[in-house]
Parts: sequence; structure tokens; C-alpha cells
Amino acid sequence: MKPDLHTLGPLIALIALIVLGALLNSAFLAPANITNVLARSAFIGMIAVGMTFVITAGGLDLSVGSMAAFLAGIAIIAMNAALPGLGENWGTILIGMGVAILGGIAAGFLNGALITKARIEPFIVTLGTMGIFRSLVTWLADGGTLSLDYGLRTLYRPVYYGGIGWVTWPIIAFALTAFAGEWIMRHSRFGRHVEAIGSNDRVARYSAIDVGRVRLLTYMLLGLLVGLSTVLYVPRLGSASGSTGVLWELEAIAAVIIGGTALKGGRGRVWGTVVGVLILSLIDNILNLADLVSPYLNGAIQGVIIVLAVVLQREKRTADER
Amino acid sequence: MTVLALHGVSKSFGPIEVLHDVDLALDPGQVHALIGENGAGKSTIMKILGGFLDPTEGQILLDGKPVRFSSGPEAEAQGIVVIHQEFNLAADLSVAANVFLGREPGGLRLDHKAMRRDTAALLARLDTRISPDTLIRDLSVPDRQMVEIAKALSRNARVLIMDEPSAVLTHREVGTLYDQIDRLRADGVAILYCSHRLDEVAHLADRITVLRDGRVVRQAMRGEMTEDDMAAAMVGRELQDFYPPKGRPSPDPALDLQGLSVPGRVHDVSLTLHRGEVLGIAGLVGSGRTELAEGIVGLRSATGEIRVNGQKVAIRNLRDAFDSGLAYLTEDRKEAGLLLDKGLTQNLTLADLPRFGLWRLDQRAETEALAHATQEFDIRAPDPAMIAGKLSGGNQQKLLLAKTMLPDPQIIIIDEPTRGIDVGTKQQIYAFIRRLADEGRSLIVISSEMAEVIGLADRVLVMREGRIAGEVTGKDMTEDKIVRLAMGVSGEAA
Repeated sequence: MKPDLHTLGPLIALIALIVLGALLNSAFLAPANITNVLARSAFIGMIAVGMTFVITAGGLDLSVGSMAAFLAGIAIIAMNAALPGLGENWGTILIGMGVAILGGIAAGFLNGALITKARIEPFIVTLGTMGIFRSLVTWLADGGTLSLDYGLRTLYRPVYYGGIGWVTWPIIAFALTAFAGEWIMRHSRFGRHVEAIGSNDRVARYSAIDVGRVRLLTYMLLGLLVGLSTVLYVPRLGSASGSTGVLWELEAIAAVIIGGTALKGGRGRVWGTVVGVLILSLIDNILNLADLVSPYLNGAIQGVIIVLAVVLQREKRTADER
Repeated sequence: MTVLALHGVSKSFGPIEVLHDVDLALDPGQVHALIGENGAGKSTIMKILGGFLDPTEGQILLDGKPVRFSSGPEAEAQGIVVIHQEFNLAADLSVAANVFLGREPGGLRLDHKAMRRDTAALLARLDTRISPDTLIRDLSVPDRQMVEIAKALSRNARVLIMDEPSAVLTHREVGTLYDQIDRLRADGVAILYCSHRLDEVAHLADRITVLRDGRVVRQAMRGEMTEDDMAAAMVGRELQDFYPPKGRPSPDPALDLQGLSVPGRVHDVSLTLHRGEVLGIAGLVGSGRTELAEGIVGLRSATGEIRVNGQKVAIRNLRDAFDSGLAYLTEDRKEAGLLLDKGLTQNLTLADLPRFGLWRLDQRAETEALAHATQEFDIRAPDPAMIAGKLSGGNQQKLLLAKTMLPDPQIIIIDEPTRGIDVGTKQQIYAFIRRLADEGRSLIVISSEMAEVIGLADRVLVMREGRIAGEVTGKDMTEDKIVRLAMGVSGEAA
């Protein structure tokens, strides 16, 4: 199949940004900067890959930023609690990781079950759980910050900062997630079902697809990825608070949209999402490196890009129909 | 003096002519009934009169002068109002707000008082007790219909076009509707009344026009036609070898239903489908045919006993039905059958993906399946990579048939096999259906086209109000007999 303009558009924009960045500042292409950009993209990126499935199936999840903060909070509490018994070792950290990942799956299940079983709009459900998770982490931290024990933090640190040469673990995890996501969307029955449901859930139902179950699984997959990204996020700062992961949900949704996945569902592009994530973090990075435009205008430029991406895709679609 | 008339009107959609040289006149103070089978062209006439379609040939005459409406609102401005079967009301607004929707009196501030007063006057004229302040969502269906009529009157309707107004009403509510129609008639409104119910046509109409295959076959004044005459005029067409020869079903039962009910829709249906048989199910739209089919295959919850090849089976969902060798081809090709924005392959294999791999879907095998299906069912796709929505209706239907047949079902229920497709493709699909039966599969074909059911089926069951009203076989398989059973008209043809 030949690549169409929908896929190429964001890619061209990404390449243009890289060229622009390189022209503006020679430090842009330095390995340290690239590692930095990619590693910071990884959290949103992994979440955005999960979000691609949810949106493609015709859903939405606004709770992921709060969920990440909440998972980071309970993972830290679990590790601190296990420390006296298990000591300062990987066993304790594995417990924290397990809590984050299982908690993520459970939170995704909660969202998905409310949407598919109780038949409440995804927007409403996840707006509600967004507030709940955010409030819970603030309450657990008693309004302040939950900090991981200092010794454990030192042990855990390499999970974010370490890696294979310049390629740190978050980058590896992001890449693996992207490859797996792309494979699932393109080559598995689940991916096919997700696209079918988002395209027309009645047709899916009349094709013997268990629509509720597939939708539920998309939210659980997203929850799992939020958990995984939390596992990588905690060693970065070693703490969680009420302001952790703020606006991550919107960045993830924006990346999905920029990447060419239709917000109404039916057409999922995992590679596009990856490109979308990179575009968003490159804009941020370029503004910080070059003093052409104030970094305070970052949000405005990202906003323009999001609207532009959607407008361009829509025009192409009507052109197709003629 | 005729208000609105069609003179020599023909209408074609592409190569297909749906109306041919139709003359029709609506006079003030008269109810003109328009009857005909599904597909006879009634709705096309309504759309042309209401300004939603232009005739290909012929004229629309308003007060004797030729007119051309470019849109529904333009026709409405001339006092021609269509009341659609699906009401055109905003459920969350009040009755008064709906009546004046789009033409609200007042300047910056709406003149609520005038709206309420005028609405109350209109409702009083219709002799109803609806309050102008009630929300539409709190009204019963017949009351909503009254609001539609009030809305039409507020637009100074001189011509009212009603599409099956009684279809949504209960027996008692129909009485109220008749009273309102009498009142409108006395007021000098010209009414075009489309209906399936011959008894009400005989009761209401001053004038009757019978359509068949897009032509006016009979026009009569009140009292000149009996219900039997109407039924005979509506049907009565020669069946040529448009249909494949009938088959020889084996006596073995393939599917056996005992007391199948779908709550509120289908009541206590028992039937037996034999191996190699094409069993037709006829009946009016809304008689429970689709609901019966969906009840059998687990798309609706149903009670009763289902036996496949003599074995009792439990079907809770469509997957269970597939596992028992059943398949269902939906009547709603665009909304339940195909993913119009997806490729042909994705559509073909959607219901049978496990066959193409447990984890990784074998896309080469899928492509081969498509090649096989396009050949077997003669799907004409200019480009195999195109999306299903760009296929013609006939090719979409063939693709849907191929999708339904992919899991190799032994019992296939086909709901409206040829809706909205051209004559040539119809004949092909009939041949496919007969071939499937000759191969030893068993089929149920649900259709609103009497000729199709008779031409295709070995035996026909007629449904009426959620029950089997009767069975016709052999020489008794005539449109006349089926129409009688479907409409509950007793007695023999003249």
C-alpha cells in the first residue's frame, strides 16, 4: 500500500522542524539534546500510543494525567512501606512497579467498565475520574509532596537516566511501545476490531464483535501504558504531588490528533501519534534553545499546530471524495 | 379548482426510472389517497410535491401555473407542508417554540406572549388539549402529530402531504387523527394521504390513486373501489423468468423454532425451515420480520426454543449463532452491514477474522479471500484497494453477501436481499440465493417486495403484528393472498 498524504503530512512537518532546529542552534543535534528530547517525550508518548487505541475505538480518556500522578503516588507509598521489611533493594522497587502497573490496569478497567457497562459517555466518566485521581493523590500527599526514600531513589535513578549508551531506558520503552502498538493496530484481530468499532459500532456488532469488551480492553491497555510510563517517571524526580502529570491528557490527545487519527474514531495511526508527540516536544525544545520566540509562547504555537493539522486533514478528505 | 397537481411527471435516478408519466391532482377540501407497494414510487411523488426533488420530466402546477421548488422550505412558503413519518420536532423545546421554529415573532426579545397565544389558538382549532408550554418530549406520539399539524397550519398550509400518519398510532389514536383530517378537509385544505392500510383509505379518501412500478395504474373516486380492488390494482404483475427455477427442498428440518418471542415485537413464532429450502417471509414494514430474524441470531434477546438439525441450541449472541452455522444479512447495508470508509478486504473478513490467524492476521490470505469472493459473487470493483462506500449499491450488496457467506454458514437469513439496487444485480442475487439453496444450504428471505418473495421462495410465511398470519405454498403463492394476510383483509378476491 502506498503511503498517503495523511501519513506523510505530519512526517514532513517533523522533518521541517528538525531542519529548523538544526539551523537555529548547533546544539540542537547534539546527542545530549536528542536524548533529552526523546526521554522527556517518552511519558506522554507511551500514554499517547494507548490513547490512539481509545480514540480509534470512538472513545476518549481525560483522566490519564491524574491517573499517572495517582499511580506515582501509590507506587511511592508502596515502596516506602515495603522498605523496612524488604530493605533497600530491587525487590522493593519491583513492588512499586507492580503497584503502578496493576493500578494502571485497574484504573483503566474502572473507566472502561463505567463507559461500557454503565453506558456513560467517555467524556463524562473520565472527566469524573480525572478529578477523583487528582484529588486522591493530593489527599495522599496531604497537599504536599510524596517523596521516595532517598536510598531507594538512588537505586531506582538509572531506570530513567541509564540505558544503552545515549539511548536511555525511557527511549527504549517508548520505541518498543510504538512498535508493539503499530503491530497490534495493523496486524492483530484486536486492532482490526478497534478500527471497526470506531468506524461504525453497529456494523461491528452485526459482525459478531463483542463491542463492549473491545472498548473495555482499549481503556485497560491505556491504563497499562500509563502505569508503565509512571514506572519510568518516578525515578526522574523521586516524588509525586498534586501537580504531577498536569495537562498530560491534553498533550496526549493533541499528539494523537496531530498524527492523523480521527477524533471521531475509525482510523488509528500509531506512527502518526509518535510523530505528533515528537513534533510537540521539538517545538518546546527549539523555543528553549533559540531565542527567536519567547518560550512562553510555546502553548500558542502548539495550539496553532493542532488546529492546522486537523484543518489540513479535513480538506484532504473532501478532496478525496470528488 | 385544483391547488397542486403533477402533470406528466417522470423521475429517473441515473438509468433507473422510478416514476413514469404521473398525473395527480389535489383539490381543496379533498383527501387524495396514494397507495402502492413499497418501491412503487409513493415517496418519490411526496418528495417532488414537497419540493425535495425535481422531476426529470413534466410539470408541477400550483393554482394552474407551472412552478419549480428549489427546496422544501420554498414549497412550505407556498403553503405545501409535508408531515414526515419521523416527526420533525425539537424534543427539548416547548410546543409553542416548535410551532414557530425558524419564524419566531418579536425583535431582539422573542414575543413569547404572541407565540403562546397563537399556538393556543391553533391547538384549539384542532380541538386538542395540549398546552403550548409542554415540552415535546413529554407528549404522546399522537399529540406530537397534532403539533406537527398545528405547525403546518401556522404556515397557512393549503396542501398537507401526510406519509403514513397512522403507522405510529394505536387504534384509538387513529380515531382522533381521522377527526382532525375531517376538520382540515372542512377547512378547505387539500390533503395527500399515503397509506398501506386499505381499510383507512376506503374510509377516508375522496379520491384514490394507485401506483405500481412508478406508473399510475388506476384512479378512482370514493366508493368506486373496494379494498379488494385496491389490493388487486396494487399487485397483479406478470412474473417472468426473472427468478430462478424453484428448488426441491429435502424434508429434513434445518432450523426449527418453537414459540420464539422477542419482547414487544415478536409473539410466539414457530416455524420449520427445511434443508435446501428458500423460505420467504413477507409482511408490512413493522410487522416484526427483522425483529424475528435478529431474535433468532442473538442480536435481540428472545425466548423460545431453537433447534438446528434437530439439536437444541442456545444462542445468546451473534457469535453463538455463527457457531451453530447460522448467519444473518442485515437489511441496513449502510449502517449495520458494511464499514463504508474501510477497504473491501477489511469488510469481507470482519465477521470471520479468527480464520485469518490467532495473533497476526494473514493479510495475504485475506487478499486471496477477496479475490475469491469478487469472482464468486461477481463484485465489480474498479480498484481492489478502494473503500466500500465507493462501490455501487449492487456491488455493496454483493460484498455484504460475500461477507455473510465467508464463515460458510448452513442457515442464512437474508433481510431485504435487493433493497435499493438495480434490476440486473437483483437478478444476479436471486441466482446466488437459489444456488446456495441448491448446494444444500437453507435460507430465509425477508422481503417487502411481494413479487420478490413469490418469485424466489419455495414457500412463504406472512407476518402481521409480530405473529405468523399465515402460510402460502404452491399455487396459492399470489400477491393477492399475501397482501390479504399481511393487511388482515378477510374474504376472497373478486
